[in-house]
Amino acid sequence: MSSVIYPQPAADAGAARAVRSASRPAKAVPSYTAIWLVVGSISMSFAALTSALIVRQDIGMDWKPFVLPPILYLNTLVLLASSVTLEVARKELAATYLRSETRPHPRKWFYATLALALLFVLGQFLAWRNLAAQGLFLATNPSSSFFYLFTGLHGLHVFGGVLGLLYANHRSMRGLRFAAGGPLNVAAVYWHFMAILWVYLLLILRIRM
Amino acid sequence: MEQAPAQALRHHPAPPQNFIRKYIFSIDHKVIGKQYLGLALLSAFVGMVLSWAMRIHLGWPDASIPLLGRLSPNGAPGGVMTPEYYLSLMTMHGTIMAFFVLTAAPLSGFGNYFLPIQVGAEDMAFPRINMSSFWITFIGFILAALTFVIPDGPPISGWTAYPPLSAVGPDAGPGQGWGQNLWGLSIACFTVASLLGSLNFLATTLDMRTKGMTLSRLPISVWGWFITAALGLLAFAVLLPCALLLILDRLAGTSFYIPGGLVLADRVQPHNGGSPLLFQHLFWFFGHPEVYLIILPAFGIIGHVLPTFIRKPLLGGWKVLTACMMLIALLSLVVWGHHMFVSGMSPYSAMLFSVPTMFITIPSIIAMLIWIFSLYGADIRFSTPALFALGFLSLFISGGIGGFFLAQPSTDSYLHATYFVVGHFHFTMGISAVFAIFAGFYYWFPKMTGRMMDETLGKIHFWASFIGMYGIFMPMHFLGFAGHVRRYSALVDDYLVPLLGTQRFISIAALVVGAVQMLFFFNFIWSYFKGKKAAENPWEATTLEWETTSPPPIDNFGGRRLTVYHGPMEYNVAGSRGDYVMQASPEPAAARAGD
Repeated sequence: MSSVIYPQPAADAGAARAVRSASRPAKAVPSYTAIWLVVGSISMSFAALTSALIVRQDIGMDWKPFVLPPILYLNTLVLLASSVTLEVARKELAATYLRSETRPHPRKWFYATLALALLFVLGQFLAWRNLAAQGLFLATNPSSSFFYLFTGLHGLHVFGGVLGLLYANHRSMRGLRFAAGGPLNVAAVYWHFMAILWVYLLLILRIRM
Repeated sequence: MEQAPAQALRHHPAPPQNFIRKYIFSIDHKVIGKQYLGLALLSAFVGMVLSWAMRIHLGWPDASIPLLGRLSPNGAPGGVMTPEYYLSLMTMHGTIMAFFVLTAAPLSGFGNYFLPIQVGAEDMAFPRINMSSFWITFIGFILAALTFVIPDGPPISGWTAYPPLSAVGPDAGPGQGWGQNLWGLSIACFTVASLLGSLNFLATTLDMRTKGMTLSRLPISVWGWFITAALGLLAFAVLLPCALLLILDRLAGTSFYIPGGLVLADRVQPHNGGSPLLFQHLFWFFGHPEVYLIILPAFGIIGHVLPTFIRKPLLGGWKVLTACMMLIALLSLVVWGHHMFVSGMSPYSAMLFSVPTMFITIPSIIAMLIWIFSLYGADIRFSTPALFALGFLSLFISGGIGGFFLAQPSTDSYLHATYFVVGHFHFTMGISAVFAIFAGFYYWFPKMTGRMMDETLGKIHFWASFIGMYGIFMPMHFLGFAGHVRRYSALVDDYLVPLLGTQRFISIAALVVGAVQMLFFFNFIWSYFKGKKAAENPWEATTLEWETTSPPPIDNFGGRRLTVYHGPMEYNVAGSRGDYVMQASPEPAAARAGD
């Protein structure tokens, strides 16, 4: 494992600073570059979908707004909380690494992140149930079409993120490859993006309903 | 720029021994590149055969093509194609050529093979993702090919798949049921694969360069692939939701694109309020960059090949040409509306799209002028790759001039949907890119196979293709001026009957040019087995692929890590061993002769 990618703990630096620098991205790590490109590309897709929503609502004259299921706001909090727990998990891992501990680390914050992620997906599903109970389905009205489309596509990406987190965790188990460019940090970029993307989508839906 | 050894050496612990890992599910970028090129050659052959069938029908509307009758008894009863089946063939010709040949070969094919070598890396950044890119593309190709054998037949909505025709299902005509579904899935596969490929190209160029390979020392070809990958990441990201909405309209009953009150096949379609123009905007936001996804790697290949044969650096070095390519990529994102001038767009919007469209000619012209003026005073070596590179310039400029007419809403209103457009885009993105692919093939064949292609056959291939291509696509411009509408299968009892002679001329030229391509296939196969053995650096070029054996070993440089000292265009250098200095050669670049 090279020091260029995985910086060694600096003896003279303060602990907090060392933790920060250990979890900061180093240069020239392809997976770290790639995850930002993925974020850019997904943003582009959702920008296209947003423009489609605006055009479709303004042209169609058949747009019927509905009240967003209140559980969405709770889901938002859950997803934001999962971002926070992931950060805590990352900081803890970095600290363990700096103490040069080799025993398996208790990953309670990481598992908390996963639990919150699943809770979010469940909450989104309940929101769908709520809409269906009102008689609003995918093809009922463009407003419901876009609602299902946004939540569904975001949900798929969240699901991909969960797989990414699991994979990253699996990789981190094989050695403390958590430092910059390490799988968990790469997954974290994506995971925080999922939270930001969701807040954006919720805002769009809230404004346009 | 320093590359961590752990990062660089991790990919190839030992070359795979079994056949499947070595040739089929290989993670070696060179094998994947060759797989892409093989798929592109196969697709090119299929696309060409489709165009032959169309050309025969256009020239001789009553002629029977027995094979076609056997392939599709409904589409071509007795071997004479119906107007709908003509549209099916046209759709698949466009789809296969635009995606599986012109996007796949210059970018995914040559790019996969040579980008890692040219930056001094052992492989792409993500070899497994690279492998899946190819196989997802391959699945896409199979799905597209399947449309020919299902009873429904291929779709008739063109490669642009405009709704409502493409969105309403079987009521819209033959091929609009499962044919269109398969087509949509095929394009979705291609899009996903392209996005994954773009990730690999970008990450490899940014992070896997060897020591000394600064951005200013990147070969022009790498710049071409890099800029294209960046553009692809943005453009394909829009095509995917665009296609998704279309698929939902078709399969889930939504109304994103289908307007209300649409009557087809005596039935009011169960949709409401959708906008076909929404599709056009989303599609062309991808579709216009798509033509640059095709031509920018071609620019890169030409910019890379030409200096080798004119034995001098390009005018303005790497900077001006690269800046031009970047500017083209950037502008290509804001010109999509010029495909929609006649869609009822407000004249103000039309002007908004017309101006950047005119602007985009500026970097294109600068690139052309760079190449042309670089020829001045050059001691040109007229090998086959050089001929194709020069042919590219001629064809691209000829096609580009037609662009001036189409960029202006006033003239475009007349020329829209005529053969003028067909001639224009075949010159600029079709044949130009094909010539760049040929330049690449003849240029890199020795590196990929260890053997030279036959020069005499190559030159015959070039001249016959070059003259023939003008014979096909130049008259189409005149047909367009005469008002000949495109996408009509035949014009027998019509005011355009006097133009039938021109159509026949084009058809004959197309059949001849098609036959000439068999020379290339023959040369390719013959040279592969029997060609003259190639040296490490037969063209006396400077970039890193010529520093290694032909073909390169599995890790590209046989365990060596090259250090780069020079830019890619150190030709005509006085006092060096030859007249050139290779990128990884530590000798100082002396003053250029004549400087």
